[in-house]
Amino acid sequence: MKHSFSFRHILSSLGQYAVLVVAAVLVIYPIWAAFNLGMMSDTETGAYPPIQFPTGLRLENIQRALEQAPLIQYLWNSVIQSSLVMIGQLVTASLAAFAFVFVDFKGRNFFFLVFLSTMMIPWEATIIPNYLTVKQLGWTDTFQGLAVPFMATGFGTFLLRQFFLKIPRELHDAATIDGCSNLRFLLTIVLPLARPALGTLAVYSFLQTYNQYLWPLLITNKPAMRTVQIGIALLQDEERLMINIVMGG
Amino acid sequence: MKTNRFSSPLPTGSKRTNLFGLTHQQHKAVKVFLQGMLYLSPSLIIFLVFVFIPLIRSFELSTYLTDPIGRPAKFVGLLMYQRLFDTPVFLNSLKRSLQFVAYTVPSTLLFSMVLALLGNLRLKRIGIFRMFFSITIAVSGATASLMFLYLYHPTVGVNYLLGLLGIPEISWLVSEKTALFSVALTAVWLQTGLNTVILLAAMQTIPEELYESAMIDGANSWNKFFYITLPMLSSTIFFLLVIDMLAAFQTFTPIQIMTSGGPLNSTNLLVYSIYREFYFNGNYGFAAAQSIMLFLIMIFLTVIQFVFIERKVFYE
Repeated sequence: MKHSFSFRHILSSLGQYAVLVVAAVLVIYPIWAAFNLGMMSDTETGAYPPIQFPTGLRLENIQRALEQAPLIQYLWNSVIQSSLVMIGQLVTASLAAFAFVFVDFKGRNFFFLVFLSTMMIPWEATIIPNYLTVKQLGWTDTFQGLAVPFMATGFGTFLLRQFFLKIPRELHDAATIDGCSNLRFLLTIVLPLARPALGTLAVYSFLQTYNQYLWPLLITNKPAMRTVQIGIALLQDEERLMINIVMGG
Repeated sequence: MKTNRFSSPLPTGSKRTNLFGLTHQQHKAVKVFLQGMLYLSPSLIIFLVFVFIPLIRSFELSTYLTDPIGRPAKFVGLLMYQRLFDTPVFLNSLKRSLQFVAYTVPSTLLFSMVLALLGNLRLKRIGIFRMFFSITIAVSGATASLMFLYLYHPTVGVNYLLGLLGIPEISWLVSEKTALFSVALTAVWLQTGLNTVILLAAMQTIPEELYESAMIDGANSWNKFFYITLPMLSSTIFFLLVIDMLAAFQTFTPIQIMTSGGPLNSTNLLVYSIYREFYFNGNYGFAAAQSIMLFLIMIFLTVIQFVFIERKVFYE
């Protein structure tokens, strides 16, 4: 490329950078505006024309928001709920995926289809009976109620199965001949080999649960059991936005 | 396999039967089946209790009038489904949901395609821009809704900046004419990050040789986009189309936080309508009928996807 340092080339890459910057600013603006608001003092929030750049780093706003609502408690609730779901999904999905790959039982394909079919049923189609079930069990305002319904996953089982399929069958045959039980094979050979897939599922299920809104809204009433997403929506003033960025991310 | 010693000293295939009248092979098959089921059982129990039985109960509920706490009281057959199409509640929600899909899905795809193409440029420090373009992945629905709620504030929000550009004041969430559009804008912003990441990843798997040979043939950037990039991305775009449509039909969080379905029900999308009918109005049967309709719509979309992919496989 002889012309790569020509004037035209520099101009065109400058133009490309300009477009990139404009696009980035448009994407970032809502986050910037919220951050800016979180840094404003009380008099600044009402100013007109509105202030577009923070005049100082006012961390006391965060402190005030923390005093106003048990946000740490909310955060903690979310973390517990998400961790429970994550662990539950990892256990149930790896057991099921193991059976689908290494245990050659009759009806295996049928049950695999059953697992896949759960991905097609939207959560909203079952939410009313689930709400009634959880209420009947007395699980409202409990972590069981928040986590147990989500502890099995068709998607996660599928993901792990695809990964387990790559593990050579000879490994399983050899282990069986050596008298290694299936459960031990799963725990000592398969799971360590499948760490990348397990990691993917762990992150996915944690974030999915952390961002849940409708279900925690339905089954938690006590402030002590609210999750972060509900908690920040309940805060009704400007400080919430700052907390949002810190916690919502 | 301790029992084998007593039931059958011969290798497998023996016709000797054990205690239950099973051949050795059948006995082994039963054992393997039970072991398989043992591994599946944790998942199966949860699916049964929280997916399959509730789905049937949703349908059952939709054929009953219930008392205020959701216990079936009187069997009414398909009356609720008739009511869905006779009263404005469901028809309005359906119409608004379809409108919402039309607002969000094409624009999300368009914006994320532009961002992915920009992010795919061969420039220094492009990684930073890629990070900015995909940043909304890290933002939750509740957070995004609150941010946009502030941006739509009549005086301190984005109206001031638009005013500087000479754009007249927009009433955003206050008017029933613009509220759905405003919520849709939030959803588009939120969904664009994920779409951009998936498109960018797909773009990077397109072989470089295709572009090189096109360049030798004298193709310009437009040709390259329309005859190479777009066709190579077709399956990814279709996947995103389905994902985005399903997400649009399931939208709830921004509605609950920003508008509560108002003004004048203009943002009362399907899931919000289900929530309102059973949680506030106690119309469990009616809400269940709505949720069954939502289920059918989603199944329809998923089946279309499978048919399409099947065809594509044959085509290639």
